[in-house]
Amino acid sequence: MPHTAPSLLVDLRDLRLDTAVSLVGLEGAAPTAPASSTPAQYLQRLIDGLCDLSLKDPLTGLANRRHFQAVLEREIDRVTRSGEAALLLMLDIDRFKQVNDTYGHLAGDRVLQAVARTLNGCVRPMDTLARYGGEEFAVVLPACQAAFGRAVAERIRRTIAATPVRIDSSTELDVTISIGGAFALQWIRSTTPLWTDRADHQLYRAKSEGRNRVCIEEQPDSTVTAEEKGMLFGPLYTPSGWGDLPAMNLNDSAH
Amino acid sequence: MSDAPSPTTPLSPAATPQGARIIAVTSGKGGVGKTFVSANLAAALTRRGQRVLVLDADLGLANLDVVLNLHPKITLHDVFTGKSNLEDAVIAAPGGFSVVLAGSGMVEYSRLTPEVRNQFLNVIQSLAPRFDVILLDTGAGISDVVLFSVSLASEVLIVATPEPTSLTDAYAAIKVLAMQQKRQHVRMVVNQAARPGDGRAITSQLQQVLERFVATDSGRPLRLIHMGDIPADLAVRDAVMRRQLLLLNTPGCPAALAISQLAGKIEETLLSRAG
Repeated sequence: MPHTAPSLLVDLRDLRLDTAVSLVGLEGAAPTAPASSTPAQYLQRLIDGLCDLSLKDPLTGLANRRHFQAVLEREIDRVTRSGEAALLLMLDIDRFKQVNDTYGHLAGDRVLQAVARTLNGCVRPMDTLARYGGEEFAVVLPACQAAFGRAVAERIRRTIAATPVRIDSSTELDVTISIGGAFALQWIRSTTPLWTDRADHQLYRAKSEGRNRVCIEEQPDSTVTAEEKGMLFGPLYTPSGWGDLPAMNLNDSAH
Repeated sequence: MSDAPSPTTPLSPAATPQGARIIAVTSGKGGVGKTFVSANLAAALTRRGQRVLVLDADLGLANLDVVLNLHPKITLHDVFTGKSNLEDAVIAAPGGFSVVLAGSGMVEYSRLTPEVRNQFLNVIQSLAPRFDVILLDTGAGISDVVLFSVSLASEVLIVATPEPTSLTDAYAAIKVLAMQQKRQHVRMVVNQAARPGDGRAITSQLQQVLERFVATDSGRPLRLIHMGDIPADLAVRDAVMRRQLLLLNTPGCPAALAISQLAGKIEETLLSRAG
């Protein structure tokens, strides 16, 4: 299944139409006489294909690192505006080098592709999943409440652990991943490198604490419950201070 | 975690710099007059003969320069980037005290990398011997930068106004200080108090909620110490608009007198024994 894309090392200044066509894989349609579409449609498809190539990792089809950086930057801006927290997860396949060393790089590629597929099934359409580096993946989850972060990461970890990867007709490998996560919160003025650093630091923790686990940066707990607020405000802000509203007896109405 | 201490871990007393008493002025909510209190308290303590430094510990987002109408050429940012000496970043403020401003470039540092933490610590350690008191004008809320700068201080002064939102946020901040920094006590000043006794009522109510809901390791609840009220006073608005210290603009107004009283109480409880 590893699809060998044409060499991607193309100097953009020397990019010719036929090279672009073969890169994008539109060989079926002749560049000069597109039968099924207008020249404009044909060129648009070609441009879309080239954009895809520049944003995607060829092996797994996930977002590449460049695309991911752009998504992270946009997400930081969005968090600042909307106030909804976003979660960044960094995921790393455990002991991946052993797979490469024992079964060869082709098997390693199969594992990467299988993990990418499984991850794809674990995230929401609004999330962005990327291949960050060698055997490292990253997910950014917009609008992810702090309370759900760990649950999401745990679900991903468990799904990967429960999905063995077949690398040839006789061999199935159990694959696990370690996950580190950090939230971008409105009151933390973050930048892309700092956010990635924080998630990376948690990933390092997950690895050093034994792998196949999730570490999420802890947020200071500042939630003030309704009960606490009730006790805090009750005696201080009496209704009479606000135009003699009749006092409500909450205990009575509750029964 | 076994590696670098988390930003929220308070420093052990042994790591506290020698010299100045370090007081963090903080608040749960922004816009309650934290910087106004820091600057005027500094002026009032200076008048009592203390050597005072105010440090912008909100990494460039504090409004110290705005409140004091300062246009510094050299900031902490220049010190951190090696462009200037720390000496040159210490500038004289109108009230006779010293100020170190962070500079707008510091927003870049607003996540605490270990280097930033160390640089920050070094700055405080090298300034501490030359002053009797250092006021850290921290940011609002409970971000790790705020919690870190608060952790550098042996005393915390929370500024709150009587509004429900300000009290809720003050309570949230105190809760974090009790649980993460294991603070035994936190000091309160209530700004824009409407009536005499407001601050005391608010402090005792906060204390009761803390005792009911916030468990501490020691089993003893964190103690809130009411340090004073600053009454709502139109002269404050006037001084802020003129970008002058209240203590210089209208020294006899009720709010200025209250701040002088607060300075007296701080000197008496925190500074007299240090000598």
